[in-house]
Amino acid sequence: MSQTSHTTVKSAPAAADVRPKTLRPPRLPRWSLAALLLGSAAVGVAAGLLGGLESRAQWGLIAALVFVVARFALTSAVEGRRQAVDRLAATLVWASFVLAMLPLASLLWETVSRGGPGVDWYFLTHSMNGVLSWQDGGGIYHALLGTVQQVALASVLAIPVGLLTAVYLVEYGRGRLAKAITFFVDVMTGIPSIVAGLFVLSLWIMMLDLGYSGFAGALALSILMMPIVVRSTEEMLKLVPGELREASLALGIPKWRTILKVVLPTAIGGITTGVMLALARIAGETAPIILLVFGNNMINANVFEGAQSSLPLYVYEQWAYGTEAAYDRAWAAALVLIALVMILNLVARGIARWKAPKTGR
Amino acid sequence: MAKRIDVSGLTAYYGAHKAIEDITMHVEPGAVTAFIGPSGCGKSTFLRTLNRMHEVTPGGRVEGRVLLDNEDLYGPGVDPVSVRRTIGMVFQRPNPFPTMSIYDNVAAGIRLNGGARRKSEMDELVERNLRGANLWNEVKDRLARPGSGLSGGQQQRLCIARATAVAPDVLLMDEPCSALDPVSTLAIEDLIDKLKSEYTIVIVTHNMQQAARVSDRTAFFNLAAIGQPGKLIEIDDTQQIFSNPSVQATEDYISGRFG
Ligand SMILES: Nc1ncnc2c1ncn2[C@@H]1O[C@H](COP(=O)(O)OP(=O)(O)O)[C@@H](O)[C@H]1O
Ligand SMILES: [Mg+2]
Repeated sequence: MSQTSHTTVKSAPAAADVRPKTLRPPRLPRWSLAALLLGSAAVGVAAGLLGGLESRAQWGLIAALVFVVARFALTSAVEGRRQAVDRLAATLVWASFVLAMLPLASLLWETVSRGGPGVDWYFLTHSMNGVLSWQDGGGIYHALLGTVQQVALASVLAIPVGLLTAVYLVEYGRGRLAKAITFFVDVMTGIPSIVAGLFVLSLWIMMLDLGYSGFAGALALSILMMPIVVRSTEEMLKLVPGELREASLALGIPKWRTILKVVLPTAIGGITTGVMLALARIAGETAPIILLVFGNNMINANVFEGAQSSLPLYVYEQWAYGTEAAYDRAWAAALVLIALVMILNLVARGIARWKAPKTGR
Repeated sequence: MAKRIDVSGLTAYYGAHKAIEDITMHVEPGAVTAFIGPSGCGKSTFLRTLNRMHEVTPGGRVEGRVLLDNEDLYGPGVDPVSVRRTIGMVFQRPNPFPTMSIYDNVAAGIRLNGGARRKSEMDELVERNLRGANLWNEVKDRLARPGSGLSGGQQQRLCIARATAVAPDVLLMDEPCSALDPVSTLAIEDLIDKLKSEYTIVIVTHNMQQAARVSDRTAFFNLAAIGQPGKLIEIDDTQQIFSNPSVQATEDYISGRFG
């Protein structure tokens, strides 16, 4: 009897092998990271010089590769496999982050440094009327006005319809109709902007025989905007817990008020983000604008009649002129467009934060 | 005020699935009735048929009659919204509205029902209901803070205050303490004892001691097998159920032999 129990105890160590031998495993000293960074940079430079490599990017890549491998090997030797893999994963995550940020940062830098000098009060408040392509001066007032009007009009058309569609799909929609709507929204999401432009062109300008106008452009933009609004709003509404709806209904609050006062406010933050993404997307559209709004060097404040301009179209036109002055104007206009979208975004986020569910004590 | 509920021949479905079958019982006014029974026997389902919340679930369907002081809740022309105004509900998990402050949570039922009040009147109503829920002293200095910042037990009492603020005749509670710690549970039990003078209270609980402590009458539900509809086995004075039930299954369940 005691013999058997003895053997069980004897065989125990096999199972306990995974147990760490100490609670304070060996660690690489803190300075090792800095040392590794310096070391691999040195290796990169040395390899670059010796190999006669031209591009600094190649030097950097070699250094980065050496850093990753050396760090993995060193950690693996001193701290063990798990820590080494952990470090490797962390390094890769950071590298991906830097890779993702690089184009964004360089784009911003490029736009600000090239376009920044051109943006001033005169630029914002004057049109291109009478300015020749190689001349300095001129401005974007007409294009800014056009973009603001067209985007605002498209939003007025698309946001309410999109929101209501999403509310229908999530809160009411059952059966065939809802499935059909979901299908069409999915199809609409994939419509290329030029096709939306052609659609409105054939309907508005060819069939109804109405002329170019900001409104026609806004129609096409709203077609592009609507599915994005529906989709993002739908996802956000689905995230609202059913418990909240039930809590509200159980208080004897009618369904429509429940949606309006409980469900929508709870999801407002995410909905705003989705709407802003949609807005940013259409603010940068060029193709339907070329087809439907045509472009104009003069100020046309009437969005419902006559050709207008818009910022993306303006950038395109100026770039196409190919003169030094026109390039400067194109960069400056691009900067204004980015700033405009950014400001709108910040405003919307501010509103959403102010309205969003409050947490904490 | 407190009203009597008479249920007869009530059967409830989720789509094709029959969750409870042929339930007939009386719920006494101004008393606490506890529903006990093993998981899945349809206690929550039955509770939700009493204020027409069952039909909110997709596929939810009810047959039979529920009389509130002789008025059939499922009769023609009865508005479920009005029914829910009269019969309030507290859920298993505390669910204050996350976008609203503590004050607004209590006021929500009145405001969202379109009942405009003067500021002073609303203040008075909020205070009265928070006091009624034994929560006033803990939150009176932070009425404007969000309700979701409270502890679980406080949130549940906030939900009770929210439910009582619309002055219902009946209060249904579905395992209101199952997500709470013992101290909060005691606070809620005290509260139930206090509320029963004004409301007819029905409480679902998994906790036998709780049923014995807070209720005047106890109903035991059971189901023959998984997938079978739940049925009412018996309902009697709580003392009777816990000391000398008339059905063997009840005794087995209470003494912990199954469930
Ligand atoms: N939303 C639902 N959809 C379909 N079936 C459900 C739903 N809720 C509950 N049921 C079923 O109804 C039966 C009773 O459930 P429930 O009333 O929640 O029991 P209890 O509250 O007593 O644990 C169970 O068989 C359960 O699977
Ligand atoms: Mg339940």
